[in-house]
Amino acid sequence: MTAATVEAPKAPEAENRRIAPVSWKSAVTLGVVTALFAVLLLVAPHAGDARFALSTSGDFFIIPVIVVPAMGTAWGCLVLAALAAVGAGLFTARGLRTPAWVPGVAAFAILLGFLSWAAAGSPRDLSIVGLLSGAVLLSVPLVYGALGGVLSERAGIVNIAIEGQLLAGAFTAAIVGSLTDSPYAGALAAVLAGMLVSLVLGLFTITYHVNQVIVGVVLNVLVIGLTSFLYSQVLVPDAATLNTTTRFPRVGIPLLENIPVIGPVLFDQTIIVYLMFVAVGLVWFALFRTRWGLRVRAVGEHPLAADTVGIDVVRTRYNALLWAGAVAGLGGAFYTVVSLSQFNREMTAGAGFIALAAVIFGKWHPVRAALAGLLFGFASNLQSVLSVVGSPVPSQFMLMVPYVVTILAVAGLVGRSRPPAAEGIPYVKG
Amino acid sequence: MTAGPDTEHEPTQDRWATALQEIASARWTVAVGAVVLAVLVGSVMIAFTDEGVQEASVYFFSRPSDTFAALGDAIGGAYSALFRGSVYNNRAETFAQAIRPLTETLNYATPLIAAGLGVAVAFRAGLFNIGGQGQMLLAAAAAGWVGFGVKGLPFPLHLLLALVAGIAAGAVWAGIAGLLKARTGAHEVIVTIMLNYVGFYLVFYMLSTPGLLRAPGSANPKTPPTAESAQLPHLVGERFTLHWGFVLALLAVVGVWWLLNRSSLGFQFRAVGQNPRAARVAGIDVPRATTIAMLFAGGLVGLAGASQVLGSVTNGFSSDIDAGIGFDAITVALLGGSGPWGVLAAGILFGAFKAGGSTMQVSEGVPDEIVLVVQSLIVLFIAAPPLVRAIFRLPHPGTRKRPGAGDRRRAAKKKEVTA
Repeated sequence: MTAATVEAPKAPEAENRRIAPVSWKSAVTLGVVTALFAVLLLVAPHAGDARFALSTSGDFFIIPVIVVPAMGTAWGCLVLAALAAVGAGLFTARGLRTPAWVPGVAAFAILLGFLSWAAAGSPRDLSIVGLLSGAVLLSVPLVYGALGGVLSERAGIVNIAIEGQLLAGAFTAAIVGSLTDSPYAGALAAVLAGMLVSLVLGLFTITYHVNQVIVGVVLNVLVIGLTSFLYSQVLVPDAATLNTTTRFPRVGIPLLENIPVIGPVLFDQTIIVYLMFVAVGLVWFALFRTRWGLRVRAVGEHPLAADTVGIDVVRTRYNALLWAGAVAGLGGAFYTVVSLSQFNREMTAGAGFIALAAVIFGKWHPVRAALAGLLFGFASNLQSVLSVVGSPVPSQFMLMVPYVVTILAVAGLVGRSRPPAAEGIPYVKG
Repeated sequence: MTAGPDTEHEPTQDRWATALQEIASARWTVAVGAVVLAVLVGSVMIAFTDEGVQEASVYFFSRPSDTFAALGDAIGGAYSALFRGSVYNNRAETFAQAIRPLTETLNYATPLIAAGLGVAVAFRAGLFNIGGQGQMLLAAAAAGWVGFGVKGLPFPLHLLLALVAGIAAGAVWAGIAGLLKARTGAHEVIVTIMLNYVGFYLVFYMLSTPGLLRAPGSANPKTPPTAESAQLPHLVGERFTLHWGFVLALLAVVGVWWLLNRSSLGFQFRAVGQNPRAARVAGIDVPRATTIAMLFAGGLVGLAGASQVLGSVTNGFSSDIDAGIGFDAITVALLGGSGPWGVLAAGILFGAFKAGGSTMQVSEGVPDEIVLVVQSLIVLFIAAPPLVRAIFRLPHPGTRKRPGAGDRRRAAKKKEVTA
């Protein structure tokens, strides 16, 4: 066995960065965020009322529009967040870990305060249902992409090519969906296209041991080039037959869809969205409760050890990678058979990279990664909703949020984010 | 990617056979093979999507010659347009017009070389700089801001100040990633990708806010034109767009060569890139080398951004000023083997692709995205020499295996691919 494979998994700085059992990071981060919010409220006070709409017409009962004084609510939320920060500080000072609900309360308080500050004085209602259901929709490709990322990275293959898998999925779903007039066929084709990208990624990284990041980056360029070329050469001249899909219809789940707020958000969606929630559970189950998942994780953490006990490393990696491509490809279908009914050049617009960010932010765990995907979807939808209400924050800064959050996450400010140990290292059987 | 066969272990072969084998298994043969393969795939794509070929292929079995003629037309037309657009236009009337495509190629190559060097320096230090887009945008914003915002400076001084501002901005943006990697171990791939987006939105915000980068009175997110005193002068006369940025890129090539091969700092970069543990044991400050390597990388990419704003796009720019060069630079660096001279050659080749691609689109109707496909295929093939060797049946370097040699060689190859 080569020496490199054995030694490389440990980062050289690992010894230096061993953190104390109880770290002040979360308390300090909460304090800083709260202080920033206080500065915002002091520098740019906003008079007026904030109006939140919670109901849609089909609900069991109608919740009236909630009108609150903006600044009062914002300051109240600030106090709550400050209490949470102090609480986190007290926990840390006593040598206890801060429980997860403390930052949760702080985040919710700051979000609510920020919303009422931003919506203050606007004549329009800020529709909470619109905000949340839009967030779910926007996060669909992110969650699928993140699940694909988790699957392949758990097996030790860095998946920078999520963007390519999404785009390939969107493209094939558009063509096949248009030709067959069936969104189901389109989605199936997207799955196959995602797997094809995975197969190429596997061929170069697993079989030829090429650097996985390089192949991922180049595959993205290749898919962008191929789909754009074929789009202008084949799809545009014949758009009526090749680039006009039938979209998945919305299927409301009876009774559940009439519950105020969560009904329209979660239970009046297309099958792709329901499938997304199922997929999160399935990936979690497959990775952590089955023999297959144990093998995948073993191969990603310590391929040599896995090989020693008789696991076929190459096969397992291909297998996980193909599943990853299938899931990410299905996410790509969202663009052309759910969201729009046609393909456009480079229409994924970097969603694959946000999905990658969600993988890291979610610490390579399917459920957390999916939640991170939802969070990023929420952030980008918040931006568009606020621009409708007329928010004073420039939209560009709202759009930056997922990326800045990810940088903070990998820099360890939001808890350590540790990748699978053997990630990025080709396995050469000795 | 090992250098060549161990000749001393093959005494039975005569000198010519050895020489031939050396050529056939050399790194550049693989590079040429990769380019040929990629161009072939490109031809297939052009052929399959060409209307003439499709029409002729309907009656292929009754008159196959038509299909082949159409094939030749489509592929030959596309590649001859590529040549006319990038090297020598044989349809032009005067020599100056005929040679113009070549200067266009060098013009396109300028930022590719500079940014390619930025990616290559990072590569050598074991860092993967995917943040070219963000670094170029920040550099363009800084150089542009000095270029039109600072008034009253005379010509060379103003230009120099704008260049320094651009290079510094690129260096700072990449330095964030280097510093985070050095201090917290945050993976530079992730951080640079994220900084691309942060940089884009930041520059877009500045472009759409009056008083920052946006031209006064303009309705679009676009800057005012660069002042005359901050522009890079034309290199070979007013009629050609080629400017002194190309000379700066050439100087950067020499500088990077000196840095990597002759300076102690470059030695530290390479040592860290090869094996950070060994470098630390040898007394090299690894975090410091990482941070400085990223600063250099960002500065070089910043030069690309500044030369765009001060030389090529002087009438005001918008948020697409990076023009994908940040990502092209990765392919340039990979094709160039992360060495300065290789980057120079690869940059000129890709510059030719860019210059010729637009001619191909205008005169033959072949979308210039085909260039993206060919470029990415080249890099894929380059990165996997065993694949190219298998296709062309080239001998593997050092086919005769000694016990233990294969392991070492494989380990060496892995290093190189990883670096």
